[in-house]
Amino acid sequence: MATLQLHNITKRFGDTEVIKGINLEVNDREFVVFVGPSGCGKSTLMRMIAGLESATDGDILINGQRINDVGPADRGLAMVFQSYALYPHMTVEGNMGFSMRLAGVPKEERRAKVLEAAKILQLEPLLDRKPKALSGGQRQRVAIGRAIVRNPSIFLFDEPLSNLDAALRVQMRIELARLHDELDATMIYVTHDQIEAMTMADKIVVLHDGVVEQVGSPMALYHHPCNRFVAGFIGSPKMNFLPVTLTGVAPGGVGVRLPGGGERSIPVDGTHLEESATLELGVRPEHLVLDEQGPLSGEIKVLERLGGQTSLYVQMNDELITIMADGDVAYRVNDTVHFGFAPERAHLFGADGLALPSLQQHPLAGLTRHDNRGPGAPSEEPA
Amino acid sequence: MTKTRASGRTVGGLRTLSLQAPAVTLLLLWMIVPLGMTLWFSFQYYNLLMPGMTGFAGLENYEYLLTDPALWKSMGNTLLLVGWVLAITVVGGTLLAVLFQQDFAGRGIARVLAISPFFVMPTVSALVWKNMMMHPSNGVLAWLAESFGLPAVDWFSSLPLTSIVIIVAWQWLPFALLILLTAMQSLDEDQVEAARMDGAGPVAIFFFITLPHLRRAISVVVMIEMIFLLTIFAEIFVTTSGGPGLATTNLAYLIYIRALLDFDVGTASAGGVIAIILANIVAIFLVRMVAKNLED
Repeated sequence: MATLQLHNITKRFGDTEVIKGINLEVNDREFVVFVGPSGCGKSTLMRMIAGLESATDGDILINGQRINDVGPADRGLAMVFQSYALYPHMTVEGNMGFSMRLAGVPKEERRAKVLEAAKILQLEPLLDRKPKALSGGQRQRVAIGRAIVRNPSIFLFDEPLSNLDAALRVQMRIELARLHDELDATMIYVTHDQIEAMTMADKIVVLHDGVVEQVGSPMALYHHPCNRFVAGFIGSPKMNFLPVTLTGVAPGGVGVRLPGGGERSIPVDGTHLEESATLELGVRPEHLVLDEQGPLSGEIKVLERLGGQTSLYVQMNDELITIMADGDVAYRVNDTVHFGFAPERAHLFGADGLALPSLQQHPLAGLTRHDNRGPGAPSEEPA
Repeated sequence: MTKTRASGRTVGGLRTLSLQAPAVTLLLLWMIVPLGMTLWFSFQYYNLLMPGMTGFAGLENYEYLLTDPALWKSMGNTLLLVGWVLAITVVGGTLLAVLFQQDFAGRGIARVLAISPFFVMPTVSALVWKNMMMHPSNGVLAWLAESFGLPAVDWFSSLPLTSIVIIVAWQWLPFALLILLTAMQSLDEDQVEAARMDGAGPVAIFFFITLPHLRRAISVVVMIEMIFLLTIFAEIFVTTSGGPGLATTNLAYLIYIRALLDFDVGTASAGGVIAIILANIVAIFLVRMVAKNLED
């Protein structure tokens, strides 16, 4: 049982405010991912939760108890560092048992607990090795093991997979998700990698410049980004943005004129729009479809064939538009393509960068990772 | 893989041996000639006060030296001097390195000041200590003692070897500090934070994280200081001239007495050979210890 609340947390380093008032609620057994570009304050926020950094203002509550003034060791948290931060002169067993050694736990009990954690992580054959003799993935597991041994109420992960190669990262991602199910623990995870965020999170917190841009399930962020930043940040390749002009607001949607001259009605709520509002249309590359009758067109500048898919980079007026098309499209560079999109897949952003709310909620928007599991099915992640 | 001998390698058709030869020859001569001459003199009757007495002396110089209580006394002094200075500089240097790693106002200036004694030449620092610090009537230490109502200590006559140890340690402490401070800076901050999360306080962090991290740097400090401390001379020459009696005579100073005060080159050379043997014994232990530390 562990919940975490942040109330109006701010952090100032000298004159620069890096965290500008954050409110957040983390429920018991939730896997929460802090995601954002570098410098957004996500690591600082985690370090404040860990107690390695003090909050300038605001309250941090664990299970309803204010812990701002509690030392890092006494908060009942465990942290896995990006650099693993293993103690190089101690064996794997020494590393994992270090916290208990400091706490004066007898040797046999220490060994039993380390063995238990090692079993979960398949580290048993490595217990007598020093970190130097381990591979990157093994070091990562030892770092996680060191956290497990402490039996924390909340696990903190600070970009734990950034130092691993791509294949290992996929594997560790699955392992971490499995661990979350197995340990039934609350976990907070910091990353800049949105694939990690999308695949593991129950709840994603998108941070930007020290403020929370949006909190929600991965699918909610993907389908209903609340502003231009979240729309551009979640999803890969990045969402395309096109300047459009408002033609009229109706109960069923907002009418806009596209750059090529065509008109479309986007099913969003435009009741508060002013007459001459400047709007931006956002469509994800995977939602643009090649279509001879499509309202948009442009010249292909770059073609990236991935086999199953092809990325087209299309010059349209001043914008370079990305289209994810089928792997077998026969276009070549410098060809002109026509394309369109389904209006319900598009997003509209006002001049202030905020999204106009969709009229219909996407059916999967409320989904969390746990809902992916059918009854009785093993908790398997798509790799 | 087959090992290629350096001499067998060719660069652009040239045998590298011919290119290495000048440097190697020079270094070899630099070492071999003085060593050979010392060995040669140590087996000769060669006393500048007795020019008539020359020729092969056999082991007589060694016999004379080894039966002289001054040799054992000076050997003991050498080891005491080296041991104490090493202990003071390593322990003090480690603690100071931890201190100067902390953030405080004026840290940069404090670091420079702490390291500056190393830049003072030994004769000068010895003179400063002798005339301004430890002088029984004008010295700062005497003034301090008297202002507490204690009798002034005449350092060089009552605690001669301790005084030398203090002076030499004062000079070498900055060296240890410099090396250890540099090593401290390479300590991964994440490790310290991980230890903090694991419940380690400042003392536990020092013993479990900092000290193991510094082990390699400490062994380097020990090795380098040992090389220089075995041959301490200027500080003794300037302050006590090896006295009172033989209280501060180390091996280097004993050789000086034999060669340039007694003008007995033969015995002095024998002393030199003994010093070489002592240095090698120390070096064997040292190299083993350091090599083991550098391995892991």
